[in-house]
Amino acid sequence: MDMGGLQIEQDGQTLRILLSGVWGLPSAAGLDRRIAAIHAGGVRHAVIDTSGLERLDTAGAVLLHRLWRRLAAQGAKVEWPAPRPEYRTLFDYVADSGEGKVIRPPKESGALALVAWVGWLTLFFLREARRFIAFIGRVAESAAKVALQPRRLRLTSMVHHMEEAGLRAIPIVGLLSFLIGVVMAYQGADQLRRFGAEIFVVDLIGISVLRELGVLLTAILIAGRSGSAFTAQIGTMKVNEEIAAMRILGLDPVEILVLPRMFALILTMPLLTFYADIMGLFGGAIMAWSSLNIDLNLFAQRLQDAVSLKTFFVGLVKAPVFAALIGMVGCYEGLRVKQDAASVGRLTTRSVVQSIFLVIVVDALFSIMFSIMGI
Amino acid sequence: MAGEVIVRVRGLVNRFDGPPVHDGLDLDIHRGEVLGVVGGSGTGKSVLLRTIIGLNRARAGSVELLGTDMIHGSETELRAARQRFGVLFQDGALFSSLTVIQNIQVPLREFHHLPRDLLDEIALAKLRMVGLPPDAGGKYPAELSGGMRKRAGLARALALDPEIVFLDEPTAGLDPIGAAAFDQLVRDLQQALGLTVFMVTHDLDSLHAICDRIAVLAERRVLVAGPMETMLKHDHPWVREYFHGPRARAAAVTAVLEER
Repeated sequence: MDMGGLQIEQDGQTLRILLSGVWGLPSAAGLDRRIAAIHAGGVRHAVIDTSGLERLDTAGAVLLHRLWRRLAAQGAKVEWPAPRPEYRTLFDYVADSGEGKVIRPPKESGALALVAWVGWLTLFFLREARRFIAFIGRVAESAAKVALQPRRLRLTSMVHHMEEAGLRAIPIVGLLSFLIGVVMAYQGADQLRRFGAEIFVVDLIGISVLRELGVLLTAILIAGRSGSAFTAQIGTMKVNEEIAAMRILGLDPVEILVLPRMFALILTMPLLTFYADIMGLFGGAIMAWSSLNIDLNLFAQRLQDAVSLKTFFVGLVKAPVFAALIGMVGCYEGLRVKQDAASVGRLTTRSVVQSIFLVIVVDALFSIMFSIMGI
Repeated sequence: MAGEVIVRVRGLVNRFDGPPVHDGLDLDIHRGEVLGVVGGSGTGKSVLLRTIIGLNRARAGSVELLGTDMIHGSETELRAARQRFGVLFQDGALFSSLTVIQNIQVPLREFHHLPRDLLDEIALAKLRMVGLPPDAGGKYPAELSGGMRKRAGLARALALDPEIVFLDEPTAGLDPIGAAAFDQLVRDLQQALGLTVFMVTHDLDSLHAICDRIAVLAERRVLVAGPMETMLKHDHPWVREYFHGPRARAAAVTAVLEER
């Protein structure tokens, strides 16, 4: 196959342009440069001769059209005698499609874009907050109905989710809490040793793990493990139009999908938190023993002095609240999935980020509340 | 219409978990024809298509596409072959993060270095070929209707001016008017560009309207291949059921009426 070429012959007022070889994609860039270099100033006629052409594809036809336009723009009357019909067909497609008017997605830049973005984001958050509050209302309504008629609770589904979200989370929650206990003890010991106050490491671990870390760590793990799963499950059902089918059959998706998941978390999260507390203390105790020579007996004694039952309950009481938040955010984002599969992924990510964010905000609110109450 | 054979499938065996999908399947595609492939659910129509275009490696047998061995060929050979055929996947398979114009330009950018204005002009010509308005070029796939997405997918399949295009159920999910228009489009382009078309279809109207030859997949092989008359005379029970069922009769009547 010959690469495409063109040859120009001038005969008085007539310019003959002989095309040869294959006018197509492989030679397009080179041909385009040669066409741009043609000067037909003062010539009255231009004749395009395609009899020597071996093949013409769409790119070639585009170039041919460019050649035509260039010659015409320079004042020549262009002729194309006896084109092969298939060349003509292609040329007509190209000629009809106009000259490079491609609409591109608008690109904003600079300060205006920043302002617009901030505005958009503010509205987005406000709207999102309103929708989510409305959703909490719907869940509360369904929960009230179920409370009046306990038979409506989907027990099988709830037990299934308790197993999935609770029982199966035990190894990972336990391991991470244990490690956090170890890290706290190690870091605390390092600082406290300077004051000769090693024994206070027990207070440090006891209070931080029981009050904050145990429940927070559990909540974050559950948000990543189960909140995301809720969004993905419900989102996939939405894509398959299962949710729409449920509504048509007179079933309430909130009652069937949201409540069992949310109740499963509310019931299992305090248990997981308790387990996380124990493992965190255990990790701390092991570390205190191995690096500070505080044996387990001493650790337990000191712990009883340092930590009251109140501290333990202050941590534990947050667990069902966090659980409800995670469950609701996960299900809410799942129900927001549109028909396309791509939004499942996007909303799953958002569900995790949002539930962790809300958990930490609510945790801060709890701290404020407890300090006002003097606990 | 017995042109040169450009796709030659011999003794193809495909097996996933369970019984084989294809066992000793032979098929020829001739240059310049529109070949329709039909078969019941699970007879491996899409698997056949994917095997021919090199997305699925068969257990045994040979597939030769425009002289390239699509089963044992090296990556370099396959890459060269890919510039000579185009594929329209079922729902267009357009890249959702790119506009239609950008989608059409993906293969052009991948294989050729061209100035941007030339790329735009080529993409616009493709858009015109498949009957989409120029303003559809700036839209994202999610903003298009199903029929428009298929057209855009076809435009991308045609981006490199291929010799053969593979269509996977091109009219599935389109309303009858849209389906007929798409059939007409395939026919027009096939004639204007001298294309060879391989299409998997369930659409009896498409088979009547645009297919030169039909290949029936059954019993793990191509049971029979030939023009519509051959199909109508064939006495295999599935073929009879398919081409003489109530839907087939309606499609046949329409086709005859249109020819008058």
